[in-house]
Amino acid sequence: MTTSLLPTDAPSVVAPKPKSAGGGLGRYLLIRFLLIFPTIFILVTLVFLLMRTIGDPITAAQGGRLTAEQLQERIHAAGYDRPVLVQYFEYLGQVFTGNFGNTISDNRPVTEVLLTYGGATLELAFYALIVAFIVGIPLGMLAASMRDRVPDAVLRIFAILCYATPVFFAGLLLKLVFSVWLQWLPVAGRASTRTELSMQTLPNKTGIYLIDAIMLGNPNAIGDVLSHAVLPGIALGLLTAGVFLRLVRTNVIGTLGTDYVDAARSRGVSEFRLVRKHAYKPALIPIITVIGLQIALLLGGAVLTETTFEWKGLGFQLAAYLAARDFVAVQGIVALLAVFVAVTNFVVDVIAALIDPRVRY
Amino acid sequence: MTDTVIASVPPVKNSLLGRLPVVKQLRQSVGLQRGMLIAGLTITGLFVLVAIFAPLIAPYGFAQLRDAQGSFGAQQPPSAAHIMGTTVGGYDVFSRVIWGAQTAVLVIVLAVVFSIIAGILLGLVSGYLGGWLDRVLVVIGDAIYAFPSLLLAIVLSIVISGGQSSLWGGILAAALSITVVFIPQYYRVIRAETIRIKAEPYVESAKMLGAPTSRIMFRHVLRNATRTLPIIFTLNASEAVLTLAGLGFLGFGIEPSAAAEWGYDLNKALSDVTSGIWWTALYPGLAIVLSVLGITLVGESLNDLADPRLRGRKRVKAKAGAVSLTAVDQTLPSDVDIREENA
Repeated sequence: MTTSLLPTDAPSVVAPKPKSAGGGLGRYLLIRFLLIFPTIFILVTLVFLLMRTIGDPITAAQGGRLTAEQLQERIHAAGYDRPVLVQYFEYLGQVFTGNFGNTISDNRPVTEVLLTYGGATLELAFYALIVAFIVGIPLGMLAASMRDRVPDAVLRIFAILCYATPVFFAGLLLKLVFSVWLQWLPVAGRASTRTELSMQTLPNKTGIYLIDAIMLGNPNAIGDVLSHAVLPGIALGLLTAGVFLRLVRTNVIGTLGTDYVDAARSRGVSEFRLVRKHAYKPALIPIITVIGLQIALLLGGAVLTETTFEWKGLGFQLAAYLAARDFVAVQGIVALLAVFVAVTNFVVDVIAALIDPRVRY
Repeated sequence: MTDTVIASVPPVKNSLLGRLPVVKQLRQSVGLQRGMLIAGLTITGLFVLVAIFAPLIAPYGFAQLRDAQGSFGAQQPPSAAHIMGTTVGGYDVFSRVIWGAQTAVLVIVLAVVFSIIAGILLGLVSGYLGGWLDRVLVVIGDAIYAFPSLLLAIVLSIVISGGQSSLWGGILAAALSITVVFIPQYYRVIRAETIRIKAEPYVESAKMLGAPTSRIMFRHVLRNATRTLPIIFTLNASEAVLTLAGLGFLGFGIEPSAAAEWGYDLNKALSDVTSGIWWTALYPGLAIVLSVLGITLVGESLNDLADPRLRGRKRVKAKAGAVSLTAVDQTLPSDVDIREENA
């Protein structure tokens, strides 16, 4: 019964029907797993169709330089003059076999692009999540325990400011203060040229610089990579930190009103201990559910952060490929992001279902 | 404390003014919440006023490079003639900040109106009629909802504007790209409400009386399904400002000669910052932060007032029982709809 006292973020309007505890889980997991595929399929289809409506990449790249006939020839050779439906099924077949083709603008295998830049984006998102956890959760607990007093008001304004500040503006300000005025941290990039060069020598580099630097075993390289990560990590992390802060605050306030917390309070447990020991753990469950949606926010924010800090990741590349109308590359990147988002949401839902028996079909 | 108790009792009879969305909450609020709501309303009001009177407030045009004294000059520090300095392109920063408010308001209004109309229609039809259409729409809506909205908006802005943007073309392109991203949010909420209301006795009695489906949908269901809209509206409006700025920042927004846009100006300020020029970045950025802050404060306050967990203290909680659906966090887990359906 204790679980039903936990506030989840899912507003349960309809009282859940009593079901045998284990019976629904297997079915839920299966259905939830199967739902991954339509999600990916829809996004891939959507982007495919959208990209076909904005013209072909050959005209975009060679427009002024070739005659109309030459242009037509090239388009024909590449197969872009065939019916969209034919191209679509061909594309689906390729995606199904894991072949994303070569990018049009710089003729690299899309898989290679994804592997090279995906690591960078993943690394950035990882730093951002760490910042978000460190900033968001303790401050949220603090705000809840000081509810309706000055610190709470300040923290709530801070949370809204985190959301209201575009990551690129936050990034610009951080850059201005810490890189240009104080000169404590590097202005842009993922590492200094020297570190990057020495990492090139690694036999099996991962593309995730922190891991690569650790493999190098060079403390200077690790320090260099980390110093480049601080500002982008903070700029992107604060965005999510605000969300976490608000969520933890709301949910801790919710749990602070429950009977078992009352019971503890009546036994003389201090308010501080109530928040720290009793109220906060169940309040963390909604965080898990929200991380799924935060991933999408982080990836969107990563595009902006990467452009601000010249962090050569997927977002940075995506903006470049979009400008070049390179739809093979764009489709590849979007497909990867779609898979990533769908799988993360699946994992998050599974964890939520395992923790909270009500989140089941 | 007494105020809270009064607020939790349903008002017996209120004037029309008292029942208007924001006014009602303003009366309901107490203390800090009231302060936040008033602060939000003030900032938002100021933002809208600046947008309307931009031609009167701004000393120069948004694309003006020279006046009677000659060219403005690029990257001039703040002075009497240009109180916020000039940009790398030689525009007056202050004027562009002011004109930018106009662009932002236009985009917000268009985007929100488009997405409300489309979202409501889809949500009503899908929720009321159900069937395979409903299932397909839910899956599509969830897929779009789960995807990074900015990326989707970028792709759409290229599709819609083809990379070229005049004033209205650019504003429409930006508004439409934001619309597509927002439709799923309205759709989800209206659909969930519709499914709830569909089972109400008054809908059934209307059916018994032989009212046509369209009449039931728009008269009986829609009128009762709109209670959460002001909250999503404000939350979306702030997101629209951010998305517009994001598009502009990445270079998929409106041309500088067509309209002033804060995101574009920040993009141009990117290289200025490295050489220590702060005024080109600071002011447009602050404009974004302030406008989003104002709208969000209003939205947050409305949301908190709609959520008994956050509005009252324990007394209310005990009375309220199940938490009302009126509080919309943008953090709804993706399976809520499906679960409701299966319950």
